[in-house]
Amino acid sequence: MDNGTTRSQRFGRRRFLGAAGAGTAALLAASAARSATPDPAITEVQDWARGLGDGVATRPYGMPSEFEKHVVRRDVEWLTASRQSSVSFTPLHSLDGVITPSGLCFERHHAGIADIDPAKHRLMINGLVDRQMVYTLDDLKRFPGRVGRIHFLECAANTGMEWRGAQLNGCQFTHGMVHNVAYTGIPLRMLLDHCGVRTNGRWLLAEGGDAAAMTRSLPLDKAMKDCLVAWAMNGEALRPEQGYPLRLVVPGWEGNMWVKWLRRIEVGDQPWHHREETSKYTDLLADGRARRFTWIMDAKSVVANPSPQAPLRHRGPNVLSGLAWSGRDAIRRVDVSLDGGRNWRTARIDEPVLSPSFVRFYAEFDWNGSELLVQSRAIDATGYVQPTKHELRRFRGTNSIYHNNGIQTWLVRPNGETENVEIS
Amino acid sequence: MSRFPRLALIISVLVLGSAAHGDSASAEPAIALGRAALPEEIAAWDIDVRPDGVGLPSGKGSVKQGEELFLQQCAACHGEFGEGAGRWPAVAGGRGSLTDDNPGKAIGAYWPYVSTIFDYVRRSMPFGNAQSLTSDEVYAVTAFLLFINDVVGDDFVLSPETFTSVRLPNANGFYEDDREITERALWNREPCMINCKSEVMILNRARVLDVTPEDAKGAGSVD
Repeated sequence: MDNGTTRSQRFGRRRFLGAAGAGTAALLAASAARSATPDPAITEVQDWARGLGDGVATRPYGMPSEFEKHVVRRDVEWLTASRQSSVSFTPLHSLDGVITPSGLCFERHHAGIADIDPAKHRLMINGLVDRQMVYTLDDLKRFPGRVGRIHFLECAANTGMEWRGAQLNGCQFTHGMVHNVAYTGIPLRMLLDHCGVRTNGRWLLAEGGDAAAMTRSLPLDKAMKDCLVAWAMNGEALRPEQGYPLRLVVPGWEGNMWVKWLRRIEVGDQPWHHREETSKYTDLLADGRARRFTWIMDAKSVVANPSPQAPLRHRGPNVLSGLAWSGRDAIRRVDVSLDGGRNWRTARIDEPVLSPSFVRFYAEFDWNGSELLVQSRAIDATGYVQPTKHELRRFRGTNSIYHNNGIQTWLVRPNGETENVEIS
Repeated sequence: MSRFPRLALIISVLVLGSAAHGDSASAEPAIALGRAALPEEIAAWDIDVRPDGVGLPSGKGSVKQGEELFLQQCAACHGEFGEGAGRWPAVAGGRGSLTDDNPGKAIGAYWPYVSTIFDYVRRSMPFGNAQSLTSDEVYAVTAFLLFINDVVGDDFVLSPETFTSVRLPNANGFYEDDREITERALWNREPCMINCKSEVMILNRARVLDVTPEDAKGAGSVD
């Protein structure tokens, strides 16, 4: 951040604290209060400090502590007719940093999780190429040019239930169709060059190997620019839920295009207009017409702490924490408000700042127990400023389902309880 | 390749290897990985169909044949008249409702192309028994779907010959992403930081709807 930002940040902070209604002296006195009795967690020898724990390799694949059992993906039963064609949500409110653990990445399947034997998996490239080819995973892993990239993947329908107003009470449900993962694979360009795209090749069709055989059309320019064919996430093989053994990575573009269980790429001269790019993933506007090929995910942010599933528990010092991302360019700035957008302060963006990727932002604040209306607002390097939900509805109406990147508001009550609300 | 200088070096070494055989650029890839796809393999997987009919298999199917198949294989989820059972998707109805509060987006109301129906049924349906229908059956089911969406008559037979003569009502209802033009006001504005509004009112609350799963609800308690 430049000096100008730092100055405004300092100024903003005074306002921000004022808006939270903090009587600093009183809060300090409260939080520094002495404990009347000694803490048994210190004075008594705990079981784990006396006896032996499990030995090495008794947990050959390490899992989170049993005290973290509540940190799981969740679904919303009434949303869909079956779990095989449904969605589960990332518990954003329980996570920190920018990398989403592989087992907590949201799921969206159209025919359940395909369990594919990698020895029987093939990637075919056919259509308008000089050489129609078949590759095994071993072939792909022997290609020169392997790369690692950290990217967010957001479902275009993330926050889609909120177009008509506050509906689901938890940022897991309002914003949890997004994750941020470190991928390893090869640039799709390498494979396309290997096959020799003909001069009339303009579009690709990516196809999955699951029982949905899901397909999306992708413009060749994007494929040549930055798409990957990836076999690893967060340092290990893709999880079956994320497309094991192979998926497409389409940085900054809607998650539905990141075809999982990728088995075929066809090169053509026109888009295919398949089901997932016509009847779905098109944005119905107020006049009854629909935008299609709305691939890019606009800048968006959400405060994960506090949020309805992670209410405030303590008066005094607190850390507001959240995530911001943009499919267009790097996140340049995130502002936060505690008073429903009357006053804003620029949040502290932590490293690493990659693009297109999550950035993690923090804003420290003192809370005196008064009601808060918590918001965040992302700005990306293209100059795009995350809109309010009212602004977005003025352009889109309320029927578009997809691409709802409006500013989220959480109401924090004096008892810490936090609720999803919409405000004027 | 200029973006990958080291790679270019590797490739040039590999190319030298294959150049010894005197192959033309189009016959052999520069890197000896993968193998040529066989025609039978391409035929097995390349089942996609485009709006112009490219990719259609030979075959045909009538509305009447499609009705029988639909009742056997589709109606349990999609309803006997395509109205959708429970939360399963409707495949008919909703014509003229795209500006309503609850717009119908079934085939006749929203879908732009017949090829989209054919391709989707062919690759993904029936749910849980995908790619089990013959080409004639896919033609027949598609014909029946067109019929219950009031697009064709009950004597219609769908085939490669009749395919492109059928147009769906909402074919012109789509246009390319224009956010960067129509929503340009969202760019390059200086966001307000101080005293941005005089008052803030809560307009609605998720609690009122109460549709959040039970185990996810957080109770209030503060020290």
